[in-house]
Amino acid sequence: MQDPELTVATAPQSDSTEGAVAAAAAPPASLQRPTRSLFAYPITGPLFALIVIFVVFSLTTSTFMNAGNISLIAQQSVVIGTLALGQTLIILVSGIDLADGAIMVLGTVVAGSIASHGNAVLAIALGFVACIVVASINGLVIARFRLPPFIATLGMFTIIAAAARLYSQSRSFPVTSDLLSVLGSGPEFGTVAVTYGTMLWVALTLVLGYALNETPWGVRVYAIGNSPIAARLNGVNVTRVVFSVYALAGVFYAFAAWQALGRTPIADPTGYQIANLDSITAVVIGGTSLFGGRGGVAGTFIGTLIVVALKNGLTQAGIDSLYQQIATGALVMLAVGADQYLGRGHRA
Amino acid sequence: MQAIGLTKHYGQVVGMEGADFELARGEILAVVGDNGAGKSTLIKALAGALIPDSGQVYVDGEPVRFSSPLDARLVGIETVYQELALATQLDITQNMFLGREMRKPGVLGSVLRQLDKKRMRQQAAEQMHNLGIRVQSIRQAIETLSGGQRQAVAVARAAAWGRKVVILDEPTAALGVRETHQVLDLIRRVREHGLSVVLISHSMPEIFAIADRIHIHRLGRRAAIVSPKTTVMSDVVAVMTGALPSDAVVSAALAPAGAPDF
Amino acid sequence: MAKSENTKSRRTPVRAGCAIALTGVCAGLVPGAVQAEEKKLLIGIVELQLTNPFFDRLKKSAVDTAKKNGLDVMTAEANTAGDSATQITAIENMINRGVKGITLDPANATALVPIVKKARDAGIVVVTTNTSLAPMTAADAAYETDNLQAGVLIGRWAKATMGSKPAHIAMLDYDLSDKTSKARHDGFLKGFGIAEGDPQIAGSALNMGNAETGQTAMENLLSAHPDINVIYTINEPAAQGAFFAIKNAKRDVLVTSIDGSCSGVRSIADGTIGATVMQFPIRMGEMAVEAVIRAVDDGVKPSGFHNTGTVLITDHPVAGVDSKDSKWGLENCWGK
Repeated sequence: MQDPELTVATAPQSDSTEGAVAAAAAPPASLQRPTRSLFAYPITGPLFALIVIFVVFSLTTSTFMNAGNISLIAQQSVVIGTLALGQTLIILVSGIDLADGAIMVLGTVVAGSIASHGNAVLAIALGFVACIVVASINGLVIARFRLPPFIATLGMFTIIAAAARLYSQSRSFPVTSDLLSVLGSGPEFGTVAVTYGTMLWVALTLVLGYALNETPWGVRVYAIGNSPIAARLNGVNVTRVVFSVYALAGVFYAFAAWQALGRTPIADPTGYQIANLDSITAVVIGGTSLFGGRGGVAGTFIGTLIVVALKNGLTQAGIDSLYQQIATGALVMLAVGADQYLGRGHRA
Repeated sequence: MQAIGLTKHYGQVVGMEGADFELARGEILAVVGDNGAGKSTLIKALAGALIPDSGQVYVDGEPVRFSSPLDARLVGIETVYQELALATQLDITQNMFLGREMRKPGVLGSVLRQLDKKRMRQQAAEQMHNLGIRVQSIRQAIETLSGGQRQAVAVARAAAWGRKVVILDEPTAALGVRETHQVLDLIRRVREHGLSVVLISHSMPEIFAIADRIHIHRLGRRAAIVSPKTTVMSDVVAVMTGALPSDAVVSAALAPAGAPDF
Repeated sequence: MAKSENTKSRRTPVRAGCAIALTGVCAGLVPGAVQAEEKKLLIGIVELQLTNPFFDRLKKSAVDTAKKNGLDVMTAEANTAGDSATQITAIENMINRGVKGITLDPANATALVPIVKKARDAGIVVVTTNTSLAPMTAADAAYETDNLQAGVLIGRWAKATMGSKPAHIAMLDYDLSDKTSKARHDGFLKGFGIAEGDPQIAGSALNMGNAETGQTAMENLLSAHPDINVIYTINEPAAQGAFFAIKNAKRDVLVTSIDGSCSGVRSIADGTIGATVMQFPIRMGEMAVEAVIRAVDDGVKPSGFHNTGTVLITDHPVAGVDSKDSKWGLENCWGK
């Protein structure tokens, strides 16, 4: 690697009037102050939405805003939240993964069935292996062989969903291993239960956030999402980074599988059938752009809470489940629309 | 830097045919040629983005072989492409160090692989300052910069990393008059810092304003290399289009054609 | 894409052709009867999505019965809940192939009516399994669980078990536009002796008939109405999921369900579910196929509605409602 020392020879100070390139950048005409700050910090929109949701529900439903329910919302968020971390990575490099839920379910089924024969540690390990291997195949097909992510992961979704059912012979089995369901337990303080799963979700979010914001790999992920050509011309091995993104997402899917077993100690091939859409919803509502290069795990964290809080609040308020779907769908369109509008004129 | 007899064929199509090239230390060499003359093929070969079928490239008298742009960079040749290769949503510093990010010393850098953002910002700011480029903040995202500023950042990046040669492909093509002047000034300052510049351009006035020599490319090879002091614009254009034969102009070549010089 | 399993019928026309030719030759050559080779009857079995183990079991029973009786079988399944298009295409194929009868578990009560009429017009016997068409007479006969009755049974059991205690009911339904789902829901209310909108219903939530959505629905309902003490669930996986929610919230809630899968019966035995109603998919498949065979062989066309059976399974019987215990349940359950 080249020595990153800049070659700056001491040069005679040029006359400022003679040589200076134009000073303050005139903001592009389409921008105005508030939208510019919104775009600069894409988390403000989702955060605002989350606050609004909490306020509205706490006013309309007396049982929403209490410690027990808040901790319940947290618990209900861990599966989609962890799954969505992997999805965030993939969407950041302008990809998409329709197979994430199915991969997670495969993980639960593999781990659950192996644990029922005895060895819990082996079960977890093989669950991880299954998820990472499948996700890596996605990565290979997409990064190396350049298949469009939508098509590739759609195909993988169909294959893995069927594979999980075949493997488990379409039946679900209860998980008795403490290790497999450990993420569902945790210290309790009265009505508030802080499960290990919740702690793990937060920790994974922080770790991934660090990786994306504080490491060279993270910068390159954003660069590739923004402009793969620019990244490549600057010596970034785009193929290798994109592959690593998909493979790493597989790790998060495996954690999500572990979370699922913690929450519902049943290995069920028919579970989480729309988890892929839920995870994408969480990512998009959280402000990460489907075009790549913009957003992050903080937004996904908020987005997950929004999706879960909506369901929780609407169910408590006795409002038909269909309205929850309408509300979520409307939020998604708002988020994507906002991203489109604010992004106009900013794309490379 | 010098190249002799570079050849590249794409099937029946001739990219380069016995192309020569020379660049003196610390000069600004303009490369001109009509569309399809093979300029970009030549430049790509010099930048390492293309492997010629035959011929040899020399840097500082030593023969070199580039199998990728990375090899050219290692030798000290940086290229600014027409598309600029800037990630618009990242900021100036991140773009300056893209692909060559600095990590913190010690455990933080090696185990946790943490970026040394402060140091990178400092160096980026220094580099911009030394080249006289003014922006609101070194943390500005590229997308908030004007076309000229973006060009300046791209040039600054190449100048920062380049140790010998900076290749600029049509740097002022998309710029207005004032910004063009500013970028040309910037290019002069890059030369003052000790780098040699290869400037590909379509604009004759610009070339005559800034270049030390002009390499005229035609039909896949160097038709002539002249000095703007001894040749007029119309003659350069004429050689470019073939209206004038190569020997109708005064050659400014330092090395006799086909033989290495330094 | 129609998932059609065409077990032997590709060879059948060829074999049949050869048989006929051979017969013709023999008959011509050898005066006196030469028995024509029996052309195997072809039956079509159309099911709902096999991801649901109930439908899987039902289909398997039908196929086994058909094969046991020496029939050739053509099968097809819906891809997802409500996927009538795949079934329609499959039935068209079956008509072309010359099936003699079809057992159909319709994905949609009205969408399948035209194609069934076309089949019947072509002389094919069509019976429904699991759920019927609208109107029911659009098919020759219907073989299904009386889901309304199933709901009534657990409703009555729940009411009797609650006794004089004030009830706070939660309904964990599946999409109520699904016939079966609606029937069970209505049945429970009827059995409990209340009408829609009764104040004793604390809340209701939809789920997808599996454990994780049952759990989430129950959690949210319990958070809003901590006094819930009896629940109706669409099926046993949802009930099992709801039980986790109940356990986590440290409550005591009466859990009722429907299905009679072996997994569900085990939940009865361990106390997770208070009472469930067993369905008999094996019997359903057998009855339907046998009816078709009788129609084709003997010309006795089936008709009407046939309840394949509902049996209340509980280890806490109540007076006035017949039930069997979990031990019986384990011997007669379906699934695993």
